[in-house]
Amino acid sequence: MYAVIVGGGKVGANVGRALLRMGHEVSIVEARSHRFATLEAEFEHMARYGDGTEIFVLEAAGMGRADVCIAVTGDDEDNIIIGQVARDHFGVANIVARVNDPRNQEHFDLLGVAPTVCATEAILSLIEHEVPQHSLVHLFSLRRENLEIIEVQVVEGSRAEGQSLADLQMPSGAMVISVLRNRVGRVATPDTVLGPGDQVVAISEPGQESALMELFASE
Amino acid sequence: MFVVVVGCGRVGAQVAHGLVEDGHDVNVIDQNAEALQRLGGDFPGQFVQGVALETTVLEAAGIERADAFVAATNGDNTNLVIAQIARDRYLVECVIVRVLDPARAAFYEDKGLVTVCPTRTAIDRMSQALRSFAGSNAEAG
Repeated sequence: MYAVIVGGGKVGANVGRALLRMGHEVSIVEARSHRFATLEAEFEHMARYGDGTEIFVLEAAGMGRADVCIAVTGDDEDNIIIGQVARDHFGVANIVARVNDPRNQEHFDLLGVAPTVCATEAILSLIEHEVPQHSLVHLFSLRRENLEIIEVQVVEGSRAEGQSLADLQMPSGAMVISVLRNRVGRVATPDTVLGPGDQVVAISEPGQESALMELFASE
Repeated sequence: MFVVVVGCGRVGAQVAHGLVEDGHDVNVIDQNAEALQRLGGDFPGQFVQGVALETTVLEAAGIERADAFVAATNGDNTNLVIAQIARDRYLVECVIVRVLDPARAAFYEDKGLVTVCPTRTAIDRMSQALRSFAGSNAEAG
């Protein structure tokens, strides 16, 4: 697989290293001359100097034959433009873009640049997971696929308590994939019986929150 | 009509003034408070200080009722993103975007944006002037 990474900061460089270890072909485009020098020392000809929002720079980096474009600069407007140009000008099939400011997520969604990764959102999800303020937590979203992974705690006296997964009437569009008990996660099987305090991890289409809350978290 | 202009530099400020002279209502957004000075004290419209990528800023400037939207900050990518937001989210009828890079201007023009590319204009005008000089020289020589 050939990946063009635009933005050679910590994220871009580490993604590049990881893809190389997996045996893929990589180019990393970086516009800051000082940062480029560091990248070139490590990545040699795979590091490319230039503004990755300029079409001729992407052309020279081989975007035309890229299987995936990874837009991970520190500017959200740049990542949106890189994603659009890669997809619509170069016909790249897979785009991954970084959202720096979570308030810009809606712009990525509106302008069709997906999937996206947002560190701030990921950290907030982790905090919610570690220190739940709500009984239902969104752990991960696959926006383009219209799926999310949700964690919900089984409350004593809820309809789900004491039921096996085989007997549990899940809302359509949601499925239990794992049950965490005493911080140990197990893949769900039909004979898993839910107890109070269990954290149920489910994969779900959006909009199932209230049905899941009603089943697991209402006394 | 009512127009929102983003970017109050030489271009944005003059466009805003021209529209006001023609009798239109104009609000202006710029991230620097000092940019207000370019508009002068007698500018009748509202000046909103803020980053135009933020929908709260766009809405404070009245984008929801705008008939036209001008993206003229000094960042091509900022202009291209906010222009698409104006068109696709707020359904502004007339959206005009300044893009300095001719390649990106052409690409987004093909995607249906009305782009103005000063670099393209400079290239064309200079080439034209030189060609006409070469032509008159050839006739004379």
